[in-house]
Amino acid sequence: MKKYILDLTVREALAVGKQFVLLRLTSENPLPEMLPGQFVEVRVDETPSVLLRRPISIHYYDKDANELGLLVQLIGNGTRWMATLRSGDVLNVVLPLGNGFTLPADKTVRPLLVGGGVGVAPLLYLGMRLKEMGVTPTFLLGSRTENELMQIVEFEKYGPVYITTENGAVGEQGYVTQHSVLAREQFGQVYTCGPKPMMVAVARWAKGVGVPCEVSLENKMACGVGACLCCVEDTKEGNVCVCKEGPVFSIDKLSWQI
Amino acid sequence: MADLRTSIGKLELANPVMTASGTFGYGTEFADFVDLDRLGGVIVKGTTLYHREGNPYPRMAETPAGMLNAVGLQNKGVDYFCEHIYPTIKDYRTNMIVNVSGSAIEDYVATAERINALEAIPAIELNISCPNVKQGGMAFGVTAKGAEEVVRAVRQVYDKTLIVKLSPNVTDITEIARAAEAAGADSVSLINTLLGMAIDAERRRPLLSTVTGGMSGPAVKPIALRMVWQVAKAVKIPVVGLGGITNGTDAIEFMLAGASAIEVGTANFIDPAVTGKIIDEINAYLDRHGFASVRDIIGALEV
Repeated sequence: MKKYILDLTVREALAVGKQFVLLRLTSENPLPEMLPGQFVEVRVDETPSVLLRRPISIHYYDKDANELGLLVQLIGNGTRWMATLRSGDVLNVVLPLGNGFTLPADKTVRPLLVGGGVGVAPLLYLGMRLKEMGVTPTFLLGSRTENELMQIVEFEKYGPVYITTENGAVGEQGYVTQHSVLAREQFGQVYTCGPKPMMVAVARWAKGVGVPCEVSLENKMACGVGACLCCVEDTKEGNVCVCKEGPVFSIDKLSWQI
Repeated sequence: MADLRTSIGKLELANPVMTASGTFGYGTEFADFVDLDRLGGVIVKGTTLYHREGNPYPRMAETPAGMLNAVGLQNKGVDYFCEHIYPTIKDYRTNMIVNVSGSAIEDYVATAERINALEAIPAIELNISCPNVKQGGMAFGVTAKGAEEVVRAVRQVYDKTLIVKLSPNVTDITEIARAAEAAGADSVSLINTLLGMAIDAERRRPLLSTVTGGMSGPAVKPIALRMVWQVAKAVKIPVVGLGGITNGTDAIEFMLAGASAIEVGTANFIDPAVTGKIIDEINAYLDRHGFASVRDIIGALEV
């Protein structure tokens, strides 16, 4: 897919809880096609301590509204700067980057989308695309407390949503891999994004029940196009760039101990 | 429109702007953003005799106005380059230059010999300065004797333009530059990355798997500029300047200090289209100051 460097206009920057901001971006021209699981690299200009672009996954892409949504967790100086953006501000973005999730060829397959923390972000767009092709996704979203749960109403538009929180405030108490829906229902495909320990646990569960599983990785990166070889993941074929060969990998390709 | 043509020995460049090895892949990764044929040259990823997996993740840490990397020359080896990558880049009209790395003199020689046979590769950049490999690499570049030995050996088998990339992690870089010149180098390029380190205080651990790594980006520019200025006065062969160049003014500064051409590295990560803009900005500077040719500003610093 052709990649672009675009100056996008902020339609709205919405605070989501205390730790996240939802950026609704648009352009005078039609935005290029983007696939679920792909990401963008955002230029952070205003803070001298930040040099590199920040990779952010695509939360949604709405072709009709010509809108790109980014759900950003406020972690460091770069992401906190993004939270200061206001309607009308311009954000320089390189997109679309990476490979994206593999959509199921068989429409009768029941996909389970498992997200943790800000890792839920790319699963919304994946759910939208699945629904469009006539496949209802099931979401299983986990967080430490109720404060990090985001966009639940949005997810519910596309399929049933199950929740775990570690403190038990919402949904079932515990980790996503402990949720009762996993024992109750059968799934034909798993997609997951979140903290690595969670993805490893999900991958182990999927492997155990014999269901194909794709994970979306968040390795630290610089260039975003496969040039600098900084963001590598150890795979069965050696070190490969998460930004170019990923960020989505089948668990069969990775060297994870699962 | 000024004349932007420059040269590195017998190698003719359409303009002074090249891309630094390890920051631009094989050029094709940036083809959506930059017209590669507009560039003075593309210096492709460091290539070694055999496949190298590089260092474990994490390999990168951002620092104020810079970054550290510890990639460790990950590449699939010179045979893979010749068979699979060369065919995809050989028809570009820019100078495709291969950065040749190694950990033993025989490896450098064997790799250079293979590249010498490739018609569309008019030059190599001999990397005797990579800080991220355990033996070799920088080891050759930190003594005049080591530099001279490896350059002399490669010169025996390589008859096109030989650029030697120097390490800044030395007491006197002019001494190494003179040794490379004496051994038959056509040019020296500098600086490679500066050895640095970053720590995660919360976890009490280094941010790189290798603890130390190579620093690049705008933060190193004053050091690079100083070294280019010193080396340009110390040798007769042309100097290629790099280190923290992010815009046309930076490029001009390196040329005023004595560089015949420049390389853009880390800036490609921040603006993938930056090289094209730098060419335009150099041209605008020359027009604004009434220089007919970019050659007029090489070493034109008034001290």
